[in-house]
Amino acid sequence: MIRAPLVKALGALGSPTHQIASRAVRTSAVLAQTPAKAPEKIEVFVDDIPVMVLPGTTVLQAAAEVGVEIPRFCYHERLAVAGNCRMCLVEVEKSPKPVAACAMPVMKGWRIKTNSDLTRKAREGVMEFLLMNHPLDCPICDQGGECDLQDQAMAFGSDRSRFTDINYTGKRAVEDKDIGPLVKTVMTRCIHCTRCVRFASEIAGVDDLGTTGRGNDMQIGTYVEKLFLTELSGNVIDLCPVGALTNKPYSFVARPWEIRKVDSIDVLDAVGSNIVVSTRTNEVLRILPRENEDVNEEWLADKSRFACDGLKRQRLVAPMVRMPNGELQAVEWEGALIAVAKALQKAKGQVAGIAGQLADVEAMVALKDLVNRLDGELLVTEQDFIKGSGIEVRSSYLLNSTIAGLEQADAVLLVGTNPRYEAPLVNTRLRKAYVHNELQIASIGPKIDLSYQHNNLGADPNLVKDVCNGSHAFSKVLEGAKKPAIIIGVDVLERPDGAAIHATISEYCKKLKKPDWNPFNVLHNSASQVGAFDVGYQPGIQAVLQAQPKVLFLLNADAGKVTRDQLPKDCFVVYIGSHGDNGASIADAVLPGAAYTEKQAIYVNTEGRPQQTLPGVSPPGMAREDWKILRALSEVVGKPLAYDNLDELRARLESLAPHLTRLGELQPASGGESVAKPSISISSTPIDVKQKELRDYFMTDAISRASPTMAKCISAVNKQQRQDEARRCAAV
Amino acid sequence: MAAIVRYNLLTKPQFVAALPGAVQLRLQSTQAPPPGTPPPQTKTKFGPLADEDRIFTNLYGRHDWRLKGAQKRGDWYKTKEIVLKGPDWIINEIKTSGLRGRGGAGFPSGMKWSFMNKPGDGRPKYLVVNADEGEPGTCKDREIMRHDPHKLVEGCLIAGRAMGAQAAYIYIRGEFYNEASNMQLAIAEAYQAGLIGKNACGSGYNFDVFMHRGAGAYICGEETALIESLEGKQGKPRLKPPFPADVGLFGCPTTVTNVETVAVAPTICRRGGNWFASFGRTRNSGTKLFNISGHVNRPCTVEEEMSIPLKELIERHCGGVIGGWDNLLGVIPGGSSTPIIPRKVCDDVIMDFDGLIAAQTSLGTAAIIVMDKSTDVIKAIARLISFYKHESCGQCTPCREGIGWMNKIMTRFVKGDAQPSEIDMLWEISKQIEGHTICALGDGAAWPVQGLIRHFRPEIEKRMQQHAQQSKRATN
Repeated sequence: MIRAPLVKALGALGSPTHQIASRAVRTSAVLAQTPAKAPEKIEVFVDDIPVMVLPGTTVLQAAAEVGVEIPRFCYHERLAVAGNCRMCLVEVEKSPKPVAACAMPVMKGWRIKTNSDLTRKAREGVMEFLLMNHPLDCPICDQGGECDLQDQAMAFGSDRSRFTDINYTGKRAVEDKDIGPLVKTVMTRCIHCTRCVRFASEIAGVDDLGTTGRGNDMQIGTYVEKLFLTELSGNVIDLCPVGALTNKPYSFVARPWEIRKVDSIDVLDAVGSNIVVSTRTNEVLRILPRENEDVNEEWLADKSRFACDGLKRQRLVAPMVRMPNGELQAVEWEGALIAVAKALQKAKGQVAGIAGQLADVEAMVALKDLVNRLDGELLVTEQDFIKGSGIEVRSSYLLNSTIAGLEQADAVLLVGTNPRYEAPLVNTRLRKAYVHNELQIASIGPKIDLSYQHNNLGADPNLVKDVCNGSHAFSKVLEGAKKPAIIIGVDVLERPDGAAIHATISEYCKKLKKPDWNPFNVLHNSASQVGAFDVGYQPGIQAVLQAQPKVLFLLNADAGKVTRDQLPKDCFVVYIGSHGDNGASIADAVLPGAAYTEKQAIYVNTEGRPQQTLPGVSPPGMAREDWKILRALSEVVGKPLAYDNLDELRARLESLAPHLTRLGELQPASGGESVAKPSISISSTPIDVKQKELRDYFMTDAISRASPTMAKCISAVNKQQRQDEARRCAAV
Repeated sequence: MAAIVRYNLLTKPQFVAALPGAVQLRLQSTQAPPPGTPPPQTKTKFGPLADEDRIFTNLYGRHDWRLKGAQKRGDWYKTKEIVLKGPDWIINEIKTSGLRGRGGAGFPSGMKWSFMNKPGDGRPKYLVVNADEGEPGTCKDREIMRHDPHKLVEGCLIAGRAMGAQAAYIYIRGEFYNEASNMQLAIAEAYQAGLIGKNACGSGYNFDVFMHRGAGAYICGEETALIESLEGKQGKPRLKPPFPADVGLFGCPTTVTNVETVAVAPTICRRGGNWFASFGRTRNSGTKLFNISGHVNRPCTVEEEMSIPLKELIERHCGGVIGGWDNLLGVIPGGSSTPIIPRKVCDDVIMDFDGLIAAQTSLGTAAIIVMDKSTDVIKAIARLISFYKHESCGQCTPCREGIGWMNKIMTRFVKGDAQPSEIDMLWEISKQIEGHTICALGDGAAWPVQGLIRHFRPEIEKRMQQHAQQSKRATN
C-alpha cells in the first residue's frame, strides 16, 4: 500500500515481474484503502476527542482532523510514507509500544494519546538521537530560523545534552557532495529522512538520489559523483527539514526574519505557479513556491525559482532614445515620451504593437487602447498561433482539462510538446497520473525523455490524422478512456499547417468529449499568451511585418523574432520592457518597464486562470510600471487613456473580458463550436519541439537569459554531458 | 537476525485484532478444545531425547545427504499422500503439534500458515524460507542445509501446499557457500526425480523451489528486509502493516519462515502432530536444535527435547563447562540478541520459550553461548554491540544513531573510562531504542546491553573505579 509509487517507479523498468508486482500492489492498495462497499467511517479518539475517519486513515491524518499536529521529519503528504524518522511515534492505548503515526492505519476505537508521558518520552528520545550526530552549527546554517529540526528540538527536545562522547570520539562528519549549481549540500547536517530521495524518484522521476552505506555510515547522495540534474531540483531544498540541502545562490545571503515576503505569481512559463518573493532592502533575494492545489501544488520549477537573479542584471534603468549616430542615449522621461509622441503623430495611424512573453494583461490593454485611439488596429503577440478564426472560441487555446484535472486523465496524447521543459509542473501532474492512475501516454514528435514511460508514435504529422480518424492503435486507447486528453504544443501551431492540425484534433476531441471533461488542450509556454488572446490580440508577427507600420510598439517582446531589416527604414520602434535584450537592441526609444516582481499585474495561465503578481520591490532607477508608461505617453500624444489608476484600468479590463478580474478563479470555457476547416492540409514535415533537453530549458526569456545562475546551470549540464561522454568512450 | 525476526509482529495489538474472530475465541475459550489444539502435556521431566525421536538424523553428516541417502532415512516417504490430504489437514497437524517458529520469535506456525488461506484475488502466493542465518552463535540451519537438504526441500513442498503457494524462495546467506551448493544439488535432484516442479510427487500440484544467495547482510534476515533484498532492492525492513501475508514478495501474499520450522514439517505430518506435541511443556512443544558454543568442553549442535534444563543440556552433550559448572560466568541462551543470564539463573533455567522469558531473556534461536569466568563480559557485550552497529541498516533514527552511541559508550566501558552515572544513561538509551524502531534489530541490539547492566553492574562499576585510580596515579 505504502510503497506503491516506488514499485511503480521500478515497474518502469518494464520487466514483466515488476509489472505484475505493481499491479498486485495496486490491487491490494485499492483493496486496503477503498473497500468495495461504501466505506463506513470508524470512530477513533485523539486525546479523548472523538473523530470519525475513513478506514485506512493514518493516525497522523486522524490527529490532523481534530487539529492535533504530530511532529514529523520524514513524512510528507505528497511523498510515499517512509516511516523512518520515528519522530511521529505516539502512544495508542493498549499497545505496548508507541506506533509510528505516519504509517499506522487507525483501527476502530483506538485511543491515541499525542501528549502522554510515553509519547513525549519517545519524541524526546528520537530528538536526542537526531541531535547526537547533528553538528548544531545553526549560527552558520542557512536553514536557521526556518529549520524543522530547530523548531522541533525547541518544542519536543530535552533542554540539555547527555552526549558525553563529544569529549571522546566526537560526532559524525560527512563529506559534502557537489550535486550542481542550484543545491548546496552540507551532508553532516543530514538526518536521513530520505525526503529528497523520494521526491527525486517519485515526483521528478529521476533516480539520481539514493542512499549508500549502512547504519551510521549511511549517506544520501548520487551514488557516483554526478550532478542532480532535473528541472525540479530546487524542491528538495524546501523538502529538506534541516540545512543539509540549501539554496546555493542564496547561501549566506539573508536570515528568514530579515526578509519581507510577498505573495506573487511566476511568469517564466505559462503554468502561473504561485510563489512567494522574499525581498530585503528593495532586492529580490529568493523565490519560494506557495501552495496552490489547482496550479503548482507546492512545487516550483528551477527556472522560476532560481532565475530571480536575472532581475538584477541587464536592467533598463533609464529611458533611452537612439541618437543620429545610432547609439542609445539615456534621457529624461520627458524627452523620451516626446520623441515617441512625435513619431506617433507622424505615423498617422500606421501604428502596431507586439506583446511579448512577459507582458501583463493591464499593459496589453493599455497598449491596445492607445493604438486603437491612434487609429491603429494591429495588435499581435510575438508567439505565433493559428490564424483566423482559431482563437475566437476561448476553449480553442486553453488547457481545457485543467492542470489539476490532468491528474485524473487515463489516456493522454502529446502532440509536438515536451511538457517536461515547457511546463514542468504540468509534467509532474502527468507523471502523478502515470504513477497512480494507470495513465497511458503517447506522443507525436521527436523522441524525448519525459521522466515516465510513454509511447512515441513518431514525428510524422500525418499520425495526427491517423489517430483522429480512428485508424491508429492509440485511438482505441483514447476512445476507451474515461478521461482522455490531447495536449498540443504551441510549437506545432506555429507551423504553416498548424491550423489543419488544430482543426483535426479539435474535431476529434468533440467525439472524445465527456460531460464535465474537455479533452482538448493547448499547452502554452509564454505567460502572456492566453491573456493577450482574451483581450483581443491576434497571434503572429507576420501581419505587422506585412503592414509595414510607421511606429511599432514592442511590449516585452524579446524573443528576437522581429529584426530591424524586416521593418521599413523609417519605422520607429518603441520598446517597453524591463531587460536590455533583443527588443531593446532594435528600438529607437526604450521605455524602461517593471519586471513581474515589481508590479501588480494580472497574468492568465495556460488553463485560463487569471492571477495577479504583487510588487515585492520597486522598479529600478527610472523604470515604471508598463501601463503607467503607456498612460503617460497617451497624455503626451494628446489622446489620454480613460484611466488614471489601477482600479480604473481593472474596470476597463472587466468591461473587455469580465472573467479576467476574477482572480484565481477558473472560468470554464464553453467549447465545441465548429472551427472553420482550414484550406491548408497537414504537410509531412516532421513535428519538432524546441526544448528537447535540459540545457534548452534554462534560458527562454529575457529574465532567465540575464540570470547568471541559469548560465551556470547550462554549463553544468554541458560539463556533465562531457563527463558522461568521456566515460562512455573510456568504457569502449 | 533470525532470532528476532517476528517479535515486533507479535506485540502489535492490531495484529491480534486482525486475527479471525474464531481464532481469537479459540485463544480465550476454556471449554472443549477445537480441532488443532495440542494435547495437554503430562510429563514433568524433559529430555534426553531418544534416538528414534530425532527428526534430523544426519545432523553430523555421517551419512549420505543426497536424495538416495535421504530417502533411506525416510525423507520423501509418502509425500504425495501428505500433499493430497490438502492444506486444511496439513495446517491442522501443524497446529496440533504446537510447533512454534524456530527463527526466534516463536510465533505459532500453524496459525501463521493459515493466514495465507484467505480467499485469493488472483495474485500468486509465495513461501520464502529464511536461510539467512546470521545471528552470532547460531549454526543450526546450516547443518540442516548441508547435511539434510532434502528435509528442507520436502518441507518447502508441504508448507507451500499448506498455504497454497506457487513457489518457494530459499534466501540463503551468502557466506554459506557449501550449504548453498548442497541445497542447489538437492533441489536439482528433487526436480529430476519429479518430487517438485510440475506435478510434484505425482500429486498434480505444481510447485517450484528457487534458491537465492544473499550478500551477507545480517539485516536481510529480517523478514521484510529479506523480501526487499529478494526483490533486488536494498535490504531495508518495510513498515508493517501491510504484513507480508497481505503484501509481500513482489507485492503478493508471502510467508517467511525459518529453515528449521519448514524442515520439521514433513516429519510432523508423517508421525502426527500429537507425537511432536508429546515433547516439551505445553505451548513449548517439540524438539529443537540447540547450538552450544563458547567455553564448554565439546561445543556442538544437538537436537534435544524442548524444556530441557540448561544445565543438563550442557553437561550431557557438551561435556560441561570448562573448569566445571562453578567456573561458569554467564550464558547467552538464544543467540547474540538475547540478554545474558548469570550463573545463578543458569542453575535451574529451563530451555523453552516460557522458561527463558521468566528469566528475563529469550529462547531466540536456541544458540547458547557459554562464558566461563575467564571472560571479560563487558568486552564480550561491547563486541556484540559493535556487530549490531555495523549491521544496522541505517533506515530509522533510534537504531542508526542510538546503536552507534551505545557502541561508543560500551567501548569506553571496556576500559572503564566513564562515569558510573553513565550506566543509567546507557540503560535509558537502550530503552529509547527498544520498541521504537521499524524492525526488531533495534530491540536485539538493546537487549544485550540491558542484560549486562541487569546482572553485571558491579563489574562495570569496579572497572570504572580501577580506571579512575589508574589515571589518578598517572597524573600524579
